Amino acid sequence: MGMTMTQKILAAHAGLDQVVAGQLISAKLDIVLGNDITTPVAVNEFKKAGFTDVFDKDRVAIVLDHFVPNKDIKAAEQSKTCREFACSHCVSHFYDVGKMGIEHALLPEQGVVTAGDCIIGADSHTCTYGALGAFSTGVGSTDMAAGMATGTAWFKVPSAIKFNLTGKLPVNCSGKDVILTIIGMIGVDGALYKSMEFTGDGAHSLSIDDRLCICNMAIEAGAKNGIFPVDNVTMEYLNGRSEREPVVYEADADAEYEKVIDIDLSKIVPTVSCPHLPENTHPASELSHIKIDQVVIGSCTNGRMEDMETAYKILNGKKIADGIRCIIIPGTMQILRECVQRGWYTAFIDAGAVVSTPTCGPCLGGYMGILAAGERCIATTNRNFVGRMGHVDSEVYLASPATAAASALTGYITNPEEV
Amino acid sequence: MNTQGKVFKYPDNVDTDVIIPARYLNTPDAQELALHCMEDIDTEFVKNVQVGDVMVAGWNFGCGSSREHAPLVIKTCGTGCVIAKSFARIFYRNAINIGLPILECEQAAEEIAAGDEVKVNFDTGVITNITTGKAYEAQPFPPFIQNIIKNGGLLKSLKEGETNG
Repeated sequence: MGMTMTQKILAAHAGLDQVVAGQLISAKLDIVLGNDITTPVAVNEFKKAGFTDVFDKDRVAIVLDHFVPNKDIKAAEQSKTCREFACSHCVSHFYDVGKMGIEHALLPEQGVVTAGDCIIGADSHTCTYGALGAFSTGVGSTDMAAGMATGTAWFKVPSAIKFNLTGKLPVNCSGKDVILTIIGMIGVDGALYKSMEFTGDGAHSLSIDDRLCICNMAIEAGAKNGIFPVDNVTMEYLNGRSEREPVVYEADADAEYEKVIDIDLSKIVPTVSCPHLPENTHPASELSHIKIDQVVIGSCTNGRMEDMETAYKILNGKKIADGIRCIIIPGTMQILRECVQRGWYTAFIDAGAVVSTPTCGPCLGGYMGILAAGERCIATTNRNFVGRMGHVDSEVYLASPATAAASALTGYITNPEEV
Repeated sequence: MNTQGKVFKYPDNVDTDVIIPARYLNTPDAQELALHCMEDIDTEFVKNVQVGDVMVAGWNFGCGSSREHAPLVIKTCGTGCVIAKSFARIFYRNAINIGLPILECEQAAEEIAAGDEVKVNFDTGVITNITTGKAYEAQPFPPFIQNIIKNGGLLKSLKEGETNG
């Protein structure tokens, strides 16, 4: 029986010729990742279990991104725990303030993750790297500790849903609109325990930033991972960037899928997820009566170069509506630097926005844009659960950078075609 | 192994942000974090939960973030078991890894009401609603996972494997 792309990567990392859905395997890991919230718990478990060494100092990545520059004393203590652990184990991929970025924007950019990899990360959005043709999934801190110690993890081999993408995205639509549409279609547990494999001619028409955004939110449909085939677009991105040789896996022609869902990209419209679940999607054009207080453009979902460019094109030379707070957060220092160099940073400030250094901050209600009771934010982030960005009576609407930037200009949820 | 206690009932899609809001995640201290367990959807939970009590919920319990702090605070509060129609995959993994007993049982999750007295036998997977007298049988864990639980979590089970060669 044929294997899916995910199953092929898992089989190779388990040293097996064949795996089937439901099989329990132990797989070798290429990268084990943690951040400033999950790593301290992992470090504690690592020490408690009596481990003394990491399996490979070059295969562990620790990124301080959630609460840095440290938002308070306790956050500073957590960063310190990460720093001391990284230093004492000579972890080569340790990213502190000045070098850091939002982990899922940073690791692809720096070439730390590549095609064919098997990756775990103590962060649910670790599924992002499937965009590069890797198997990559989120785990907890104990799994991270075990992964750092042994270089292996256990997995139940997932079955898959195939998304057959056709056509090309219309102007004003991006990967975010695609993944929000899919989550609206299948629900927040529509791919529970499964792989989401994106394929078809339409997949090849998508940029790497769009693919990273789509795979990033696979977890929001409950999926174990999201994955794209490796094509010329991927190889062009990886060449000269990957620190290891990319390995290309392809799904077998007779691979079994639980379901095949056809998505015509040319029919996608600017889409918004209303509170309090990502599956609660509506076309942006139907929500123009909803007044907002804040706009956030950034996060591991949409803090990349194309996202900044979209925001720039919409905000340049315009003014953000009165009473609206617009917060723009480039995903990495390299992206921030690029924004400065291209004059986008100035354009954002002239429009009335603020620009932060990279951080997950507001996305998870940490800091840098917390909402008061009754306030509404349109954000390019990934979750709109109760209390996600602040007070339990605040609301988060998830959207693309184009829709978020357009909304910043009007003060209401706005289809980007209208500005 | 058993637990017996009063039921706290929750809906579908209970996410890790309401189990333990991220604004408190500036500390890894389980005791301190446990003071805020469920507070964004149930401010009474922490005040009323007793050792051995049981959480019963709908589909996709624990969706969202990978924070292991979520099963950890539920366990630290004294909760003896979570029964749900289904669990989000990272929560499921984390619960096993830290030793919080969880059971998938659609019928039990549907029928058991808030405040019922429930007894759970983890070895057999039998859930007994003492209030109504009705018994349910949950899906047992595969042997591989039972072994992790028996050894007291993933890391202890790995250490065990190391010693055994």
